[in-house]
Amino acid sequence: MRVGLFLTCVNDTLYPRTGQATVALLERLGCDVDFPLAQTCCGQMHWNTGYGRQVEPLVRGFAETFAGYDAVVTPSGSCGAMIRDNHPRAAARSGDPGLADAVAQVMPKVYELTEFLVDVLQVTDVGAYFPHRVAYHPTCHSLRLMRLGDRPTTLLRNVRGLELVDLPGAEECCGFGGTFAVKNPDVSAAMGADKLRNAESTGADVLCAADNSCLMHLGGMISRRKGAIRTLHIAEILAATETDPEGAMWARTGAHR
Amino acid sequence: MTDSRDLILGRIRSALVGVDRAEHPANEPVARDYHDSHTDTGLANLLARNLTDYRAHVHRAAEAELPGLIGRLLAARGARTLAVPPGLPTDWLPGDSGTRILHDDGTLTATELDRVDSVLTGCAVAIAETGTLVLDAGPDQGRRMLTLVPDHHICVVRTGDQIVASVPQALRRLDPERPQTWISGPSATSDIELNRVEGVHGPRTLDVVLIAEG
Amino acid sequence: MNAVPLGMPAFPAAARDATRNTTLRRNLRHATHTIRDRRAAAVAELDDWAGLRAAGAAVKDQTLRHLDHYLEQAEAAVTAAGGQVHWAADADEANRIVADLVRATGETEVVKIKSMATQEIGLNEALAEVGITAYETDLAELIVQLGEDRPSHILVPAIHRNRTEIRDIFRKTMGEWGIPAPEGMSDEPRELAEAARLHLREKFLRAKVAVSGANFLVAETGTLVVVESEGNGRMCLTLPETLISVVGIEKVVPTWRDLEVFLQLLPRSSTAERMNPYTSTWTGVTDGDGPREFHLVLLDNGRTKILADEVGRQTLRCIRCSACLNVCPVYERAGGHAYGSVYPGPIGAILTPQLRGTTSEIDASLPYASSLCGACYEVCPVAIDIPEVLVHLREKVTEQRGHVVERAALRAAGWVMRDPKRYTALQRAAVRTRAVHPRKVPLPGWGKAWSATRDLPALPAESFRTWWQHRDTPGGTT
Repeated sequence: MRVGLFLTCVNDTLYPRTGQATVALLERLGCDVDFPLAQTCCGQMHWNTGYGRQVEPLVRGFAETFAGYDAVVTPSGSCGAMIRDNHPRAAARSGDPGLADAVAQVMPKVYELTEFLVDVLQVTDVGAYFPHRVAYHPTCHSLRLMRLGDRPTTLLRNVRGLELVDLPGAEECCGFGGTFAVKNPDVSAAMGADKLRNAESTGADVLCAADNSCLMHLGGMISRRKGAIRTLHIAEILAATETDPEGAMWARTGAHR
Repeated sequence: MTDSRDLILGRIRSALVGVDRAEHPANEPVARDYHDSHTDTGLANLLARNLTDYRAHVHRAAEAELPGLIGRLLAARGARTLAVPPGLPTDWLPGDSGTRILHDDGTLTATELDRVDSVLTGCAVAIAETGTLVLDAGPDQGRRMLTLVPDHHICVVRTGDQIVASVPQALRRLDPERPQTWISGPSATSDIELNRVEGVHGPRTLDVVLIAEG
Repeated sequence: MNAVPLGMPAFPAAARDATRNTTLRRNLRHATHTIRDRRAAAVAELDDWAGLRAAGAAVKDQTLRHLDHYLEQAEAAVTAAGGQVHWAADADEANRIVADLVRATGETEVVKIKSMATQEIGLNEALAEVGITAYETDLAELIVQLGEDRPSHILVPAIHRNRTEIRDIFRKTMGEWGIPAPEGMSDEPRELAEAARLHLREKFLRAKVAVSGANFLVAETGTLVVVESEGNGRMCLTLPETLISVVGIEKVVPTWRDLEVFLQLLPRSSTAERMNPYTSTWTGVTDGDGPREFHLVLLDNGRTKILADEVGRQTLRCIRCSACLNVCPVYERAGGHAYGSVYPGPIGAILTPQLRGTTSEIDASLPYASSLCGACYEVCPVAIDIPEVLVHLREKVTEQRGHVVERAALRAAGWVMRDPKRYTALQRAAVRTRAVHPRKVPLPGWGKAWSATRDLPALPAESFRTWWQHRDTPGGTT
């Protein structure tokens, strides 16, 4: 299966390890993964901040870039939801039937990573090994917009060595919310602090999620408070194996071998 | 006033320019993908359970046992006066119980009712799923004020023909032109820390008597 | 809608103070979490909730699409049943109508049932100006009125007060308004409720005029419906000689049967009960039972503006249950006062800017008072897509003047993102300069707002795309 990886601009720039892990995982499961270089951003920041009219070229770019794949996989519930829910709205608003068509063509093939693993590849045990105590935070968009349900936790439960702990108040927002984090910094930080208190109460050493943007906010708070728990994208847990528990091999094929 | 009427209706019509005005609303039926009821058996038990859950006291009796039971309920509270609506079946009333019975002829004032200890009525219909008694000011229920001002309400429900399962079924039996009071447990509030506390302005004690027909 | 409260700061500033008030945070957390869990249990009892919710939305939408028709039908039915119908285009007109009606009775006091519409138009203040005292009779409204406070929740306006604070307010002020609080009253909710019963009973028995709102107005029959818990509503609707109901034009539902949907959706969503303790319905006036005179004041006050906006229109489905407030993580931390309106929380964040416009600082900030987490939409019993409307309103705000820096920044970002070459070049430039990137940004604006509580992530030595292009196994460049 020829899979187009839509990594997202945040992961591309700030979290390349998540991309490498996603590639390693999908290739291990037999997918032919491609990262089309024409990809940029889904437009979520513009859309959600009130600049929806600037999103149209990004919607067009996405539909054109990913037109030829059997499936499009993204390791982000939030960007996945932006594409699924709002690209059709933006296309409809553009008044360009060609764009609406292009979006409608690509849309059914777009999957968030865990959704792709469970629904399309139909695997719940990806052969991973991760000997840590892990709390899973279902980010709002992966929970309520992408409706990932128990897919991520099912995958995590099948990771050898991993102890999955229940996160109290799991379904409460972490307070990131895109530009909300800077437009309402005090409320955002109060929400983040509550999320971290809950995560720390579990004794987990890793807080994982399907969205690095939320983890950037939580990780930034942990770093500032010199907290003990660390944040990690779920792809990096699912890609870890007994022979390569820290993912040292993921980047081996890259330039810095 | 006519000006504002025309102004508002005009604003509405211009707001709805996108709607086909030739379309009559009656021709746009709404999908109703919900149940007519969630239960069809054991309605009396369900009604009793839900009423009890909201702190009403539920009693069961044969119709012939009513006067005795009502007498005991009044005596237990030391009720000296009992108000009853004009059309209440007289054979429900307790005999020599020491409670003075006031037949409401429509002249009792709120201030007078404020000094009455208890009120006894029937009901129009009861809803099992929600634990609700509906009063529609029928002859055995009386004016709305009657069941509001006294602190103790005894309501008699005939299980044979007065209990329905659900809200949709109840609405079909009721006449909107009659003033109605739907009662689900005694007066309560959630205003202090969003927790339910029974007993504010309406009757703080609600006794419900379920009578079997026959 | 009434003007913005004087000196009201934008939401972020008002919320900042609230997040630092530990008592307030504790009170709100306790109350909202209590009701949240109970609502979920009450809703889970009905396996057809999704169908009821869809029907609720559909009935409201259909009504709104023919609102003129249903209002005229309701007017005719109310009139035929002996009521009088008045139309108020705005708050001032509604207040004037009510004041004139009260004055015509010769009374100088009215008892009131909690009503969002009369709060929205500032009726109590308007009546006070013409020498009429309005007594709030809902327990929470009473707490707010006695405490000279502002409401902070739709259903429970005194949610920001805990039992001890309520006891102190009652002890201190009840005597100034009428019957004082009983000697030795504790902060037990039962005793507080008893104090309110005694205090208000005297007012109910004396009152000749009552003012209410309504939850529903049935067009085909002219029936009004009030859903309540305490019995203060029944007192106001039954004992006085004159009843005046101020009802927003969006409260109309077509048929008596339609109540079967809303009387299932509303109680479970608002107080998490199978059914609220008391629901009253009345149609015009009834001989020998209840008020002899009934006036219905139909209120526009900005609603027709919302109706005209095809995205915003769904806001008018709202049945004021407040489930969205109770699940909102922002409301829980910011509190209701930060919203600067009688409508706080997620529904307030979309309703207030549509009713009042977005010209003031607070109103322009309300559409941003959300992390777009979507919890509000999920619990809304009439499926108002609050995040969708928030984003829609954000667009309206950004199209106003101002926002110069933000607009320029986002436009520049958009210009970069729409071209992979520009995007890649900028990414490379960022990576090249990473050695000098701070983990905190000392500049004002977004950087500072982020950095006050959070470090920035360190920029990696190599972006994914650079790595990918040099990868020498399958895949490679495209």
